[in-house]
Amino acid sequence: MPISISIPTPLRALTGQKDTVEVDSKDVHGMLGDLEKAYPGIYERLVDDQGEVRRFVNIYVGGEDIRFLQNQQTPLKAGDEVSIVPAIAGG
Amino acid sequence: MGLLGCQTQSGAFPKGDASERMRGFAVRVLSRRDPLFLAGERTGHDQVRHREGARERAMAEKFFSQLKCRECGRTYPALATHVCEFDFGPLEADYNYSAIGAALNRKVIESRPGTMWRYRELLPIVGDPTVGQQVGFTPLVKADRLAKALGVKACYVKNDTVNHPTLSFKDRVVAVALSRARELGFKVVACASTGNLANSVAANAASAGMESWVLIPADLEQNKVLNSIVYGTNVVGIEGAYDAVNRLCSEIAGKYGWGFVNVNLRPYYAEGSKTFGYEIMEQLGWRIPRHTVVCMASGSLLTKIHKAYGEFTKLGLVEKDGFSIHGAQATGCNPITAARKGGTDLIRPVPHPKTIAKSLAIGTPADGYYAVKSMAKTGGWSEDATDEEIIAGVQLLAETEGIFAETAGGVTVACAKKLVATGKIPKDEEVVLCITGHGLKTVEALTGHLAAPSKIKPSLKEFDSLISSGLAKARVKV
Repeated sequence: MPISISIPTPLRALTGQKDTVEVDSKDVHGMLGDLEKAYPGIYERLVDDQGEVRRFVNIYVGGEDIRFLQNQQTPLKAGDEVSIVPAIAGG
Repeated sequence: MGLLGCQTQSGAFPKGDASERMRGFAVRVLSRRDPLFLAGERTGHDQVRHREGARERAMAEKFFSQLKCRECGRTYPALATHVCEFDFGPLEADYNYSAIGAALNRKVIESRPGTMWRYRELLPIVGDPTVGQQVGFTPLVKADRLAKALGVKACYVKNDTVNHPTLSFKDRVVAVALSRARELGFKVVACASTGNLANSVAANAASAGMESWVLIPADLEQNKVLNSIVYGTNVVGIEGAYDAVNRLCSEIAGKYGWGFVNVNLRPYYAEGSKTFGYEIMEQLGWRIPRHTVVCMASGSLLTKIHKAYGEFTKLGLVEKDGFSIHGAQATGCNPITAARKGGTDLIRPVPHPKTIAKSLAIGTPADGYYAVKSMAKTGGWSEDATDEEIIAGVQLLAETEGIFAETAGGVTVACAKKLVATGKIPKDEEVVLCITGHGLKTVEALTGHLAAPSKIKPSLKEFDSLISSGLAKARVKV
């Protein structure tokens, strides 16, 4: 079973308007690479020049922010649900 | 493509290259009604008036004309958009400070009416303000009795409990957001709110004749709900915490094309908070206070007070001076304080905030990262207060200074007390407390904590025995 990733509206132009895509990756780092292969251009929207996930991009694995897991080394397994969510301004 | 040329995916503004988009913006601005006419001024002949209006607009555009990503610096036309399309960083108003410096000095500011618009060149609108013209310039109270209670040399209270028209600092941000919303042609305005913002949007939209919608958590204080409904706004209670309300609002803003003051109008809205800081400096006699304590929900007010201090310094309106800005949160929702104390700028969201300071109950603070940076950069610290400490803080401010603040004000007072006790604010220095909303908005929080009134028959004898029994002073809780 592959891993499902939900794509936020601002990135759907790159995924042919698909709101969910599927990959088969071992960890978040691999997932970002696999996404780029399938949807060129998406990587640099999510990751900065230093290779870090951009500050205003949140990636959740099973509902937990990867910054509080193992960042890009956070392992993924079949059936995992990953969400990419831009930080929301408010207050 | 140049710096401005990143592709539009959101449809928030016209597609095309940067110059086309900028032209679209110019057309919008020039098609507005003459701002001088709107302000009701009479300069004589119509033609003169028209020329004056055009000149004023040109001046205003010279001060502010675009938005800029706070992270990567890409620029965007000044439309209803708030996030950089490239890296999702927040967009901010971008000013021409040399033009502002040439137009603004202490004398000019002092000659203007006592409202937040006396700093108009530093606010992101193009014409004259058309909403909330009377907002701001609230008292800065020298709080000697509170200073003594806190054990600090000098204390001032910036008292936005009496801000016009809805008794909280949110009238400042809404005045800017709705004035800009009108300039951009919005007919319907809306907000996600923990209460105070909803009150302010509802009232200011009503006075401007605009339709408004406010979305709030369903469990808000009754007075805050009533204080929105009375203005004829559309109130929608959402079953969920503020963060869920906020997420829904982002989706609604995209679908319905409304002006959400704290979503797609956020770059304009947020700048209104700077006036809180400008006023503190001017009212202190044109200087920056050594310490400032600010309560934090999203963290936006703290970062904007920091920006205000920096802008006045840059413009030479105040001397360059050392200052520290400290943050205050409720213990039941303290993601920014936890980050500051933990020495990190990573904000760990609080999924289920639990505090009587509901106006501060934002578990995923949008400006938390920048608030931590502001505190660290200025040598400021951050504290949090329990529900009991918050109530004690509300009472202390009321009993020493005669100012009744909402629970968020109790948070500020309680945290200031801790900052003095731990030496983060040295006893021989001064502090300004930012008190942002009126206590009548959150009376439920005090239930069971105040003395009940004594009840007697209309007889002098009964009154005498009341005095002699000392009952009047007993703190019976109601």
